[in-house]
This record gives sequence, structure tokens and C-alpha cells, in this order.
Amino acid sequence: MNEPDPTRQSRLIYMDHSATTPTHPDVVAAMLPYFTERFGNPSSLYTLAGISRKAVAEARGRVARALGASPSEVFFTAGGTESDNWAIKGVALANRHRGTHIITTAIEHHAVLHTCRYLETQGFSVTYLPVDRYGIVDPDTVREAVTDETVLISVMTANNEVGTIQPIEEIGRIAQDAEVYFHTDAVQAIGFVPIDVDAMRIDLLSLSAHKFSGPKGIGALYIRDGVNIDTFIHGGAQESARRAGTENLPGIVGLGAAIERATSDIAAHSRRIADMRDRLLAGILADIPATYVNGHPVLRLPGNVNVSFAGIDGEALLMLLDAEGICCSTGSACTSGSELPSHVLMACGVDPALARASIRFSLGEMTTAEDIDTVLSVLPETVRRLRALSPVKI
Amino acid sequence: MYNDIVMDHFQHPRNGGEITDADAVVEVGSPECGDTTKIYLTIRDNRIEDVKFQTLGCAAAIASSSMATEMIKGKTLEEAWKLTNRQVSDALGGLPEKKLHCSVLAEGAIREAINQYRKNMGLEPWTE
Ligand SMILES: Cc1ncc(COP(=O)(O)O)c(C=O)c1O
Ligand SMILES: [Zn+2]
Repeated sequence: MNEPDPTRQSRLIYMDHSATTPTHPDVVAAMLPYFTERFGNPSSLYTLAGISRKAVAEARGRVARALGASPSEVFFTAGGTESDNWAIKGVALANRHRGTHIITTAIEHHAVLHTCRYLETQGFSVTYLPVDRYGIVDPDTVREAVTDETVLISVMTANNEVGTIQPIEEIGRIAQDAEVYFHTDAVQAIGFVPIDVDAMRIDLLSLSAHKFSGPKGIGALYIRDGVNIDTFIHGGAQESARRAGTENLPGIVGLGAAIERATSDIAAHSRRIADMRDRLLAGILADIPATYVNGHPVLRLPGNVNVSFAGIDGEALLMLLDAEGICCSTGSACTSGSELPSHVLMACGVDPALARASIRFSLGEMTTAEDIDTVLSVLPETVRRLRALSPVKI
Repeated sequence: MYNDIVMDHFQHPRNGGEITDADAVVEVGSPECGDTTKIYLTIRDNRIEDVKFQTLGCAAAIASSSMATEMIKGKTLEEAWKLTNRQVSDALGGLPEKKLHCSVLAEGAIREAINQYRKNMGLEPWTE
């Protein structure tokens, strides 16, 4: 049986770019030869393998340029989750003799939070810093949390749910003054927040290609030269013997092509998306009463709209919008057990009833002005229908 | 994620709304996930003449309320009392495992409403 192909419906409106993006056709075109003719294992000795080695080196150079790093500081991984795991476990274990304290925030992605929880079972202590109601970490709390035992500070560049952009440069300076390593999960930030690892005093940075029109399952960890970090994936001598395993050659080529595209004109790209975002948000606020904006009014990713519609359930709204061909997400899927709504909204102090009423639209390259019009024509009536069915009066 | 029957009841809920002069009105909430369901019953000659619901919840919760109210409409109170969430989810063609708890609300609300009516009539509430 043929699966339905929702992308073939001309009316598919994709507003979930923070979850993933389609791989751009130019990126796919760059990758294709590396599946077929240029398939050699970069570790082999003949000329064919040299072509692969050269492609990996070029991609490494592109990633390095996008970060203001040098190529020898870029290590390819299987994505954001692996990069976060490697950065945190790798630094924690390698620096155990210096101390066993880690500082992070309450709103990190689970790839960071669950890694930190794991380290707590291995004798490390972790401070999960609070955020204000906009999702911002106060750099002073970072400074105050540092102890003689602290070996790592990990604060995300931009949040995936509410889009809040953190004061990374200030936190980097605090880390440098305290002589503590600083890691940032920049998975959501690449292509929207200009990165300069030196100016921002970043020691380690995670990124993932599928968030910026690259392929899934490929990412990188930037490791500043001289950072003391353990190997995470043991085996062969790939990636300067620090991350073993035959390279994901097409993926690496795709990551290189995608990051170059995504960072070539961040300002113009961000402005185009922010203009549409602003119109979407203004329309929502004008047409739907009892709507609350989650996240920061200004310091946020240009494509992120996160709102709560009082009196309804986010997942119910998501399913109705899906039936209209609109893809978005909610931080509050109601699953069994005592699972709380989104840890990010909880950390921002959002009322639990409003947290479960939250919906995230994340705009990106695919988004058009027409998409905004369609969402604005469908959304108010959809919310009204669910509210009419709800016992909670707003 | 949901089958066609669930989606149909979710997108086109039967018996959604309020009854202003209902014989019984109860609202129950799930401490687990915060879903809330309100049931309105009109009862004549020991039969559920009319029933309406309002639900704040996910698609599974709304579809369960829709199906459950369809299943008890026109039934005697004894018959309605016996409705279980298993019967509701079966009638819906099954719910995802992690969404089964969402179908419990309708059953609980209907039973509470029946007992509220019995108490109003000076009758002993049923226990099982
Ligand atoms: C902030 C953040 N960190 C990490 C990840 C994980 O990245 P990946 O899907 O490449 O493992 C994501 C994506 O879901 C993310 O948004
Ligand atoms: Zn539910």
C-alpha cells in the first residue's frame, strides 16, 4: 500500500522548522556524487579515497569558517544529541581530577539535561540555573554558581521551544574569567545567530545539519584547541582519533554545503523570516482573545512563535491544524503517567493550564507570505471551535 | 497517530455543548494530565433522554467523550452505569496505549452524573 504523501498536497504548510527542515535541493545535489561515484572510504590509500578525504576537508573548512574556528577544531558527529553528549561527558570525565561540578540551565534540550542527570548518577553534581519569565538566564546567576569544583558551564545559544536567545557572550566571559570550560548547544541558532567562537569565548559548540536545510544524522562538535576532553566514540583513527567510525561522507558534504548557505547572509535571511513571524503573531493577537505569548518579545529566534490559547489543549489544536495541512508542534503532548507539560514553559513560570495550551509555529526557508495568510484564516476559527467545546470559560 | 473513527469523532464531535436545564451536571478532571470533562444529562423515565459534553483535552479525550455520549443516549441509567472506558475505546477502534487514560474521564463523569441525579431524587448512589 502506498503511504499518503502529505508533501504532495499543494496546501502543505510547514511551520515546524525547529523540529527539522527539508534538505535543500542544492545540498542534495552536492551530496549525491558521494553516494555513488565518489564513494571511497576516506581512510583508504588509493586515489578514489583521496577524493573523499578532500571532500571531508572542504566541508570541515566550511564549518570552521561559519564559526570563526580553525578546521582542526571541528569534529563531525551523528548530530546534535551526540555532540551534546560528547561535550558534556567528555569534559566531565577528562577533568574529574579538577572538580565534579557542572552548571547548566533548566531549559536545555533533553540531550543536555539527560546527559547531566546521568552524570549525577556518576558522582557529579549539577546546578540547573533558573530562567526569568521570558526564558533568559541571568549571567550573574552563572557567576554566583561557579565553585572551585566547577569544570563546565553549558548554556544553549537559543532555545528550541520558546526561541529565547541567551547572553552567550557575557556567559562566555564569566566562564573564561573563572577558568571553566564553556559549552553551548547552538543547534537552533545556526543560520540565525552569528557565531564567532573567539568573540563569544566558546570552548565547545554543538550543531546539527538538519536544522538548517542539511541532512539528518550529521552534526559537529567544535572543540577549542587545547580543551581537555575524553574521546566518546572509541575505535578507528578517524577525526584525528577522537571520534571513531567511517565518516558519513555524503552527510559531511551536505553539512558543509548547508552551513555555507545558512550563514552566507544571516541578517537578510533573519529579517525576511522575522517580518513574516511578526505579521503572524500580530494577526494571532488581534484575532484570538486570551492569547499569551511565551518567550522573550525581542531576544528570540526570528522564526519562533510560541503562544498559549487559554482554555484549550495544544495537542488537540495541533491535530485540527494538521487536518488543514498545517504542521506545527506543542510542548505539552498529554501522555500517560505523571508527565509534566514542557519543562521549558514550567521553568519560565507559565501556568500549567497555559503550558498545555501552547503551540509553537517555527517559520523558516519554506515559509511564504501566503502560508501566513492561510494560517491566519484558519487558526482563529479552529481555536474558537475548541473553546466552544471546552468546559473552561475564558 | 489516531485511526479514522477517532479522528471523525474528534473533528466532528457528537453531543458537544451544554444543556441549560439539565437534570445532572458534573465536571471531572484527570490529575494525571489535566484533561477535564463536563457532562450534562436530561433524564426522563429512568432513561437518558439527552446528553451533552464539554471537554478540555487532547483528541483522544474529545473523541472518547463524543463516543461515550453516543453510547448512552436513550439508554436506561442501569445500562449507562455499566459503560466502561474499554467499551468506549473499543468502539473507537482502539486508542494508542499512552492515550488510554484519556478515555477514563468520560466513564467517570457519566457515573458521577448518574449518582448526582440519584441523590437529587433522594435515592442511594450506586457504588458498583
Ligand atoms: C536545542 C537542541 N539541541 C539538540 C537537539 C538534538 O539534535 P539532533 O536531532 O541532531 O540529535 C535539538 C533538536 O531536536 C535541539 O533543538
Ligand atoms: Zn489526553
